[in-house]
Amino acid sequence: MAGASSALQSRRPIGQATRDAFGRALEALGAEYPDVVVVDADVSNSTRTEWFGKKFPDRFFNIGIAESNLVGIAGGLASCGKTPVIASFAAFIMCNAYDQLRMAVAYPGLNVKVVGSHAGISIGEDGASQMGIEDVSLACSLPGFVVLVTADEASTRAATRALLDHKGPVYLRTGRPDVPKVYPDDAPAPFVIGKANQLRDGSDLTIVANGLMVASALDAAEELSSSGIQARVLDMHTVKPIDREALLAAAKETGALVVAEEHLAHGGLGSAVAMTLAEQHPVPIRFVNLGDTFGESGTPEGLLEKYGLTAAKVAEAARSAVAAKSA
Amino acid sequence: MSETIDALKQRAKAIRVDILRSTTEAGSGHPSSSMSAAEVVTALYFGGFMNYDVKNPRWPDRDRFILSKGHAAPVLYAAMAEAGYFPKEELLTLRKLGSPLEGHPNMVRLGGVEASTGSLGQGLSIGVGHALAARVDGKGYHTYVLTGDGELGEGQIWEAAASAAKYGLDNLTCIVDRNHFQQTGAAEEVLNMDPIDGKFTAFGWHTQVINGNDMGEVMAALGRARQVKGRPTCIVALTHKGQGMLKLLETLGDTNYHGKPIKPADLDAAIAEVEAGGS
Repeated sequence: MAGASSALQSRRPIGQATRDAFGRALEALGAEYPDVVVVDADVSNSTRTEWFGKKFPDRFFNIGIAESNLVGIAGGLASCGKTPVIASFAAFIMCNAYDQLRMAVAYPGLNVKVVGSHAGISIGEDGASQMGIEDVSLACSLPGFVVLVTADEASTRAATRALLDHKGPVYLRTGRPDVPKVYPDDAPAPFVIGKANQLRDGSDLTIVANGLMVASALDAAEELSSSGIQARVLDMHTVKPIDREALLAAAKETGALVVAEEHLAHGGLGSAVAMTLAEQHPVPIRFVNLGDTFGESGTPEGLLEKYGLTAAKVAEAARSAVAAKSA
Repeated sequence: MSETIDALKQRAKAIRVDILRSTTEAGSGHPSSSMSAAEVVTALYFGGFMNYDVKNPRWPDRDRFILSKGHAAPVLYAAMAEAGYFPKEELLTLRKLGSPLEGHPNMVRLGGVEASTGSLGQGLSIGVGHALAARVDGKGYHTYVLTGDGELGEGQIWEAAASAAKYGLDNLTCIVDRNHFQQTGAAEEVLNMDPIDGKFTAFGWHTQVINGNDMGEVMAALGRARQVKGRPTCIVALTHKGQGMLKLLETLGDTNYHGKPIKPADLDAAIAEVEAGGS
């Protein structure tokens, strides 16, 4: 489909960044969830927890640039019955404080909500050091963690409530740029942890995507449709626990898959899907992701194009997967 | 309710004996790192500083003790058994498959353990979280964190120290078990963190330096910490690793004696030395 190249250049209307939607949702839910306490490592105006902080100053603590301490404090608060929400850049909270997430949150299974913003290469000009491209893999490696990667503003709003209702540790990945809307404005987006949303049906293959690649998956499906390939599209917003039923049905009913994500090849959604289907019902799978490399500075659109996170690449992968069915 | 100094000393002896018996039975563990902290832990649990309910370990108003130096789990378990959280016989299940007395504390498996520790440097942050929760909830409980001295090499300790001072957490006390040894040698040689009290003072804490193996000094220091307003307290407890069996360790030619149990053949001598000791 001409004009729909990078994930940010969809023909779909552009909505809020997922970090903005999370920040507004958290602010709106603060009164309804009195146990929520937000702890910040001095990036609240980036992660958008500042909006909660301004509305609920007695339940907001900025402990300075210290992610390890941030996570440890959250573990202590959760031990006392609070529901701490901690947010930083995905790269910093996951990579800098991984041992603390392991020891102070995952090992005791505490009710801490971890939000990693500025995920992926779509943050743009700040470059590779700021880009969380391994966060999903790391989060999935924490026993007991639920791992969420939302596609747009409506689904992020719904996910924010869902993660507060869930008892136990959750990681939510959010992004910096405004992203295309996948879900309509006139109804709450469906969001059940561990249950994929089927956005489009098709019989020739299934495109499994999350984050901003969901919009690209839908654009790719439209392009494929015009050339006679009917693609099912699943918004796999929960990477762990993965929706095994939806994947099994996709494999059995469509016979091939593409997995698209703004993440390294190893340990993300692609790994989770492949592991699940290898056990249950192996079919040809193609992967659209960042491979095994760091990003760099550039415009978000330019980076997504350069690193192949586009509807065109998803469509190309889809054709390859469909061809492999008869091989 | 506080006990007399003499009664507390007897408790500390019993706890030391339990540390020795449980680690020797386990065939592994950290008796020397546990024994240096026996006075501090005894004073906290039996000196009137901590309110707790062994029948309801998660009682929301309880005072908290977080063992940041998780390898000293045997002193925590011995004190908990002494307090009645579980029967003393269970101490002999230390480190065995199925026992809640894991090699390092596990708060999920053993009620009364406040934090799962064993990766050093993390307990003070967790303590800050407890102290902030008390503030948010308007509760009066106090949180005590015991760290090692080698553990102070972890940067997270200082992140936590700065944040505790920022929020003026006078409901938080950190006790440094300054036993002068870490895994591979003298703490001052591995990474010199002196002056420890000076560092905490510079971070905005009230600090005290005491003989941490003198029950009277420990009791007095913990009492003073409760009187401090507007800032957290750090008590640098100068101790000896393996306190109670120092003569035996000298004989064995290893005054650090890190991370290994007393051999069964030496256990009677170790216990006899503890029981004869003045501490």
